[in-house]
Amino acid sequence: MSKKVAYYGIFAALAILMGYVEAVIPMPAPPGIKLGLSNVIVVLCMYIMDVKSAFFISVVRVFISALLFKGFVSMWYSLAGAVLSFCIMALLFKCKKVSIVGVSAAGGVFHNIGQLIIACILLGRSVVIYLLPLLMVSGVITGVLIGIVSRYCVEYVKKRN
Amino acid sequence: MKKGDIIIIAAVLCAAAFLYFSGILSPGEKGGRAVVYIDGEKVQEISLSQDGEYTFETEDGGYNVLLINDGKADMLEADCRDKICVNHAPVYRENESITCLPHKLVVEIEGGEKNDVDAVAG
Repeated sequence: MSKKVAYYGIFAALAILMGYVEAVIPMPAPPGIKLGLSNVIVVLCMYIMDVKSAFFISVVRVFISALLFKGFVSMWYSLAGAVLSFCIMALLFKCKKVSIVGVSAAGGVFHNIGQLIIACILLGRSVVIYLLPLLMVSGVITGVLIGIVSRYCVEYVKKRN
Repeated sequence: MKKGDIIIIAAVLCAAAFLYFSGILSPGEKGGRAVVYIDGEKVQEISLSQDGEYTFETEDGGYNVLLINDGKADMLEADCRDKICVNHAPVYRENESITCLPHKLVVEIEGGEKNDVDAVAG
């Protein structure tokens, strides 16, 4: 039990750290859209702990990042991206044919798609939607990179236990 | 790297390429108008969807030919000396314009695609 609490604490802290990193990287997109780097924490949590914990961390990250980094506007983008990407990842997690890299790649893409959907709703379907192809590609790329990194991480953690 | 991974990545990249190249996401009905002023007076308003060549005669006997095509306005021909208006790129965004100073003729775009730029100098 205490081990679980310790893990939660670490993941939550890491998630917030990633939130900061994301806030610092500028994106050629409406204010609020973020690079899906913080997905790495959700992915790691999903594979090291379990799916439910990953969901918890995912949501907690959105709210605390918004609180700490004054991103209440971007919070909605983050929330949409986080929820959508989490649902997809949770589904793929159970699928035997997909490894952590695929799960992460899909998560990255849908994280961006979720953000774009909110952008369309909030800003009206305008210039925003032309970013879709670019965001899909960047989502896949970041997702794959995160997946590869996560794979090594998870192996290491499992070995240590 | 499992089979499912490759499928996912390939599917996403294909979808992205499709969306990008198919033009599905491109701006639809422009709804913009080209408004022509000569010497400050509004002379004609033309919807950007009404393709055609429009000739304007200016006071000193000169002329300008405006071409509306593909949702854009472009100065096709003019008998002014510098032809700056003719060389100007086609315009279609809000507030963009083509001006023929010698003929005091201004073609300004109203409505239409929202312009990222707040103002254009010159």
